Amino acid sequence: MREIYLDNSATTRPLPEVVEAMVQTLTDNYGNPSSLHNKGLKAEKILKAARRKIAEKLAVSPEEIIFTSGGTESNNLAIKGIAYQYQNRGRHLVTTEVEHPSVLESFLALEEEGFEVTFLEADRYGRISLDDLRDSITPETILASIIHVNNELGTIHPLAEIGTIIKEKNPNTFFHTDCIQSFGKMLVQPARSMVDLLSISGHKIHGPKGIGVLYKRKGIELRALQTGGGQENGYRCGTENIPGIAGLIPALDALPDYTEENPYNQELDRLKNHFIRGLEKIDRKVIINSPEDGAPHILNISFPGIKGEVLIHSLEAEGVYVSTGSACHSKSREKSHVLRAIGLPMEQIDGTIRVSFSTYNTIEELDYALASLAKQLKTFF
Amino acid sequence: MYKALLVRFGEISLKGKNRSFFVNKLVENIKGALRETGAYQIEKSYGRIYLYIEGNPELYIEKLKLIPGIVSISPVAIIEPEIEKIKEMALKVFDYSVKEYPATFKVETSRPNKEFPLQSPEISREVGAHLLRNINTRRPEQLKVDVHNPEHLLSLEIRRDKALVYTESIPGIGGLPVGTSGKGLLLLSGGIDSPVAGWLSLKRGMTLDAIYFHSFPYTSDRAREKVLDLARILSKYGGKINLFINHFTDIQMEIRKKCPPKYTITIMRRMMFRIAEEVARKNKNLVLVTGESIGQVASQTLESMHVINEVTNLPVLRPLISMDKTEIIQIARMIGSYNTSILPYEDCCSIFVPKHPVTRPTLKDTLEAEKDLEIERLIAESMEKSETVIIG
Repeated sequence: MREIYLDNSATTRPLPEVVEAMVQTLTDNYGNPSSLHNKGLKAEKILKAARRKIAEKLAVSPEEIIFTSGGTESNNLAIKGIAYQYQNRGRHLVTTEVEHPSVLESFLALEEEGFEVTFLEADRYGRISLDDLRDSITPETILASIIHVNNELGTIHPLAEIGTIIKEKNPNTFFHTDCIQSFGKMLVQPARSMVDLLSISGHKIHGPKGIGVLYKRKGIELRALQTGGGQENGYRCGTENIPGIAGLIPALDALPDYTEENPYNQELDRLKNHFIRGLEKIDRKVIINSPEDGAPHILNISFPGIKGEVLIHSLEAEGVYVSTGSACHSKSREKSHVLRAIGLPMEQIDGTIRVSFSTYNTIEELDYALASLAKQLKTFF
Repeated sequence: MYKALLVRFGEISLKGKNRSFFVNKLVENIKGALRETGAYQIEKSYGRIYLYIEGNPELYIEKLKLIPGIVSISPVAIIEPEIEKIKEMALKVFDYSVKEYPATFKVETSRPNKEFPLQSPEISREVGAHLLRNINTRRPEQLKVDVHNPEHLLSLEIRRDKALVYTESIPGIGGLPVGTSGKGLLLLSGGIDSPVAGWLSLKRGMTLDAIYFHSFPYTSDRAREKVLDLARILSKYGGKINLFINHFTDIQMEIRKKCPPKYTITIMRRMMFRIAEEVARKNKNLVLVTGESIGQVASQTLESMHVINEVTNLPVLRPLISMDKTEIIQIARMIGSYNTSILPYEDCCSIFVPKHPVTRPTLKDTLEAEKDLEIERLIAESMEKSETVIIG
């Protein structure tokens, strides 16, 4: 059976070069970068090369890169690391109600510990109000964490404006952003937006699972959450995941270079628009929940009166893979907090699926998926 | 300190000539349940079973506590059969398990090794005196002997090669060993109730097979996986389980197409019972077992049960019939099925729930509602597409 993978916001299929790099590292370069001998040196070289590569993509310096086990750890380390390190300056934190659970739960844990947290409300499209943001920053605020691209809707937050607002109000407030969905699909460069900390995940860009990156601007300190042998300048101890790091290099190489003139992936945008046009031809009521100016690769849609979960399985029978709201929610009974936060009626939340594209999808694949969708809707609902 | 476990079984020792059959079943079930626990040796003795274990007794006791047919378990210390050593060990065991004073106790000795220099009453007296002396030095007048109604019974068993010392007694689940009461067919869904109903049937000695109605894409393969996991949990208590996975999708689509929405649940349940009966006949299951409890959902009112039950002549056992949800959940937690049951995959009952299902169906209306279904053909086709998985 054909396999059409349209769940690229959950994870992506690793590129063959990625797999090859990992196999090669596991087979030959299995040394520990901390070892003094030549095996260790070879591993260290991979580590350095990857660090330079990601730094180049973000237009930052290699010393500002911390390798982690993934997006969740990057978010935890940034948020808790800053909160614990700078709690003497103030105990107020700002975030939004439409963050990924790894951010949300980190803030809830800090709130339990006595920090004061402001959760900014979002509008119909999952966007916060910049006025609310301005009002929320106080002299006590040590950290604001605002997601760049929402993982369920694809809504983009304007980082540059947000950075300006935060720093105007309180230059000592650190600005963290979760760029796990945006990195690789659009221009992400912390210096342009006065971002101090930025999280990235390897497996969302056709790289390996188990590898993530936290950018931390020079001069900022973090309280390590995991202590040990001093790796990653002591910010994240534990023998480095060299196979994962090696796999990240070809994944980064394959990403386009974005510029001011070419700020996001046009190819993804084409795919998304093609899919939307295809949906319009289906004889069913479809509601598009994603904003028109959202990220080029995420499309959140509702079929009122239909259970998203059932639709997903019926598509799966045709080899088409999509997701309900967000994969991170599929394990809990609770309805998506993001979709609730933006005020979707329950019936619409139930019937929500998320289709997310990769540049490795083709127009022809989308046509197949659309045909399957039409067919399954007719058969089972 | 503890090197053995004494396992007592109550009811089954009453079963006359069948006793050895019951005990052998129990031993078999113990072996099954301890598969993942560690090394041990089993010794059958009159009215009890000894397990000589290696490692942490807690790990064994946790499992034994839930094996049907076991009434209680005592951790046992083992020592060379010399009176001084026995006294010393008795004190250690007593200190370990008795924490609250004042307390009363009694020492009881059996002496299969008749060559032991002291007789049973003498041993009891010496050991008892040793405990009194030592404990009352630490806690004056806190420990007393009470031969009629002691709070703690310290038992000694003097054999040729060793002496056994024990006092604690941990209650088991009781019931009868699985495999001693005939074979039933459990209607297993992914929910909380049906695994508990299955386990309670096992507790009374039944052997179980199970049937699950799979309805892809309405129920996902994850839901199927979850049911396999639940069957695995049951098989830890009940040995091998034949799990029949029935292909239910087409039936569900037909019901949806041809029957009034109010009646879909009632009719779906009737179809399930018909199929279960068919499977039970082929597989020689004597009864059906369900997780129904009165009034829990629309299909579990007495009116619904009456109409649904009408399709089968087999006895339908409903061990949870009078239990509240909280009681059921308590058992589910105890047997370890709860965390699997609450995984949020749609099961075929939840997906088709109409807005207003009928709660008091009548047989007449139901027959009218299902008149357009080609029942025999649907059942025959679904049986053909079904599969059997052997669990455990």
